Amino acid sequence: MNMFLATLLSPLIGGILLGLIDHPRLAARINVATGVSTFVFSLLLAVQVLDVKSVDAMGGWFHLDAYNVFLVALTTFVGMTTTIFSGPYMRHELEGGRVDRLRLRLYHSMFQLFQFGMLLGFTSNNIGVLWVSLELATLATVLLVSLYRTPASIAAAWKYFILCGMGIALALFGTVLVYFTSSTVLGHGNEALTWTLLYAHAAELDPAVMSIAFCFLMVGYGTKVGLAPMHAWLPDAHGEGPTPVSAVLSGLLLNLALYALVRCKMLVDGATGTDMAGHIMMGFGLLSLAVAALSLHKQRDIKRMFSFSSIEHMGLMTFAFGIGTTLSSFAALLHMTVHSLVKSGIFFTVGHAAQAMGTQKMSEIRGLIRHHPGIGWGLLIGTAAIAGFPPFGVFTSEFLLFTAALESYPWTTLPLLLGLLVAMAGLFRFVQPMVYGEPAEHAVPVHVNMLPVYVHFALALALGLAIPDFLADWYEQAAALIVSVTPAGGGA
Amino acid sequence: MSAALIQQLVDGLAALMLLTSFALLAQHRMLSVLNWFAAQGVLLAVTAAVVAYGTDNNELYISAVMTFLLKGLLLPWLLWRVIRELHVHREVEPLMNTTLTMLVALGVTLFAFHIIQPIEKISQLMTRDSMAIATACVLLGMLMMITRRKAITQVVGFLAVENSLFFAAIGSTNGMPLVVEIGIAFDVLIAALIFGLFFFQIRDTFDSLEVDAMNAHLIHGDDEE
Repeated sequence: MNMFLATLLSPLIGGILLGLIDHPRLAARINVATGVSTFVFSLLLAVQVLDVKSVDAMGGWFHLDAYNVFLVALTTFVGMTTTIFSGPYMRHELEGGRVDRLRLRLYHSMFQLFQFGMLLGFTSNNIGVLWVSLELATLATVLLVSLYRTPASIAAAWKYFILCGMGIALALFGTVLVYFTSSTVLGHGNEALTWTLLYAHAAELDPAVMSIAFCFLMVGYGTKVGLAPMHAWLPDAHGEGPTPVSAVLSGLLLNLALYALVRCKMLVDGATGTDMAGHIMMGFGLLSLAVAALSLHKQRDIKRMFSFSSIEHMGLMTFAFGIGTTLSSFAALLHMTVHSLVKSGIFFTVGHAAQAMGTQKMSEIRGLIRHHPGIGWGLLIGTAAIAGFPPFGVFTSEFLLFTAALESYPWTTLPLLLGLLVAMAGLFRFVQPMVYGEPAEHAVPVHVNMLPVYVHFALALALGLAIPDFLADWYEQAAALIVSVTPAGGGA
Repeated sequence: MSAALIQQLVDGLAALMLLTSFALLAQHRMLSVLNWFAAQGVLLAVTAAVVAYGTDNNELYISAVMTFLLKGLLLPWLLWRVIRELHVHREVEPLMNTTLTMLVALGVTLFAFHIIQPIEKISQLMTRDSMAIATACVLLGMLMMITRRKAITQVVGFLAVENSLFFAAIGSTNGMPLVVEIGIAFDVLIAALIFGLFFFQIRDTFDSLEVDAMNAHLIHGDDEE
């Protein structure tokens, strides 16, 4: 499994290297090179894993199956395009004096370490190591959020740090409880925290303890997913950090937290044999959808507004995973993919728009299409895509989600539909005047790199028109894995 | 030592742990908060060593040493340096008065015992009684975080929660595997360093370590700017 090692180590090596390089242009190039190489390695890895369905690496410390290898590929892809986007973006920030060379070094280094933490979390076969790497990714992003050192960014980073630290502490308590019951079955040692062994012995775990554990894991990892009512940190962290960071927070970090939550749910389902965990997730999902859809209307800051849209979509995915049928899991995975692609694309566009207009206030961003047609169209297309317009992939996944909800819990389609409509109205209410309207006088020309944005949107469009067979197979395998309590591949 | 004696020792240590959690909540001066925090760290290390002796678990001795160095010495010392550099010896009045805080803390403790009951029934470990206390300590640490205004006391609350989690791990499961524990200790250490960095940034930017002063800078959707 050398591809695996290469995938995992390239961001780590890149991150350490970037910490030593002072030259901004060179650092940006190395950052891109690291992103590209990680992505290529992960693609090769994905091809290998799809052949054999599931595989253990490094003496069982890591486990790869359809579910996580797909997320690894998604993570490295968005990571790669973000490095391409961040080159000109951060150069503009450097020239504008918002960061100095030292902080730019910190930014590059932390960005790659964040990628490393993400990949470690996805591939680890150990529930404890998953926790540690999620915390590692969080700590890296805390430093990134406070990169500009403005009062607001420091306050946002502090809030992010404390709230997520709290959340993740609860998740650790849940993990301790899992170990508490699993160590009586699998003995004291790493075996009792190994996912593959835990799934194989899920039925022997004590249901009462696992139920209590899930409550802690739900609130803990749910905080990191950004589910209401634990979402208070998310808009601040997205709004005040540099835009590439908002893009990966929204597009990637939330996915890792949700991944952890779903893994825990699979385990708890196996232990309790009831739908308790799924019902809790559905409840949190619907609540997040409602809160986010309503809060969207009250926003003034463009990045903050789109971060509420992220809460909305994470709520949808949590809801879909909560239903727990093969169809709904398929929908959730597809939604995870298109949301990551579209939302990071939108954040790239928003970053350029904010630089061109010199502000993040929506009331002062006007007439983008006339000033910067590329940015204007990007924002319009992205908003249409994220709002769930056909033929984009978000429409497909939301349609599948509705079908799944209608099959299992018909009454939930009403709040779902209502939430989506309110959110869509909120998005267009703000985006319309920003895109059309009279151009503002204070606009400045910026060096724009829209290529990553269009690649993301094109992929989301392609997924909406026709999902390629190999990808559909992949989703089906992953969905089947999530639904069946003991993995069919039998990696243990 | 007999198993019964060790069991009683661990129970005694658990009671002391609860005492430190209450004491942390009741303090007004920064220095005494730190002293109690250091005492809690040492108590944790002692508990780990006792459980290691009782179960013949050598990995746990390593955890005990790590805990003593990190939570008993290093972190309190770092925090002490911070309060000395920043001249914040006095904690201004907490959001609730001490009597009320203590009463709430009492209720929280009872609640913890209530939710942990089903778990204690099934445990065969010699340290089973400490689970409820650990849960209580986690909740008390959170209470400390929400009733204090200064950034430093919030961090002490955060670290106290971390301590209680560690106590839960030793008390209820005889310790997590070493790899996980090293990972957690590493994360706590980095977190503490970042906290330290933040204190200075916050002080430089806001001229105060009050959390309210910071939150005023965050734009909220429904506020007028």
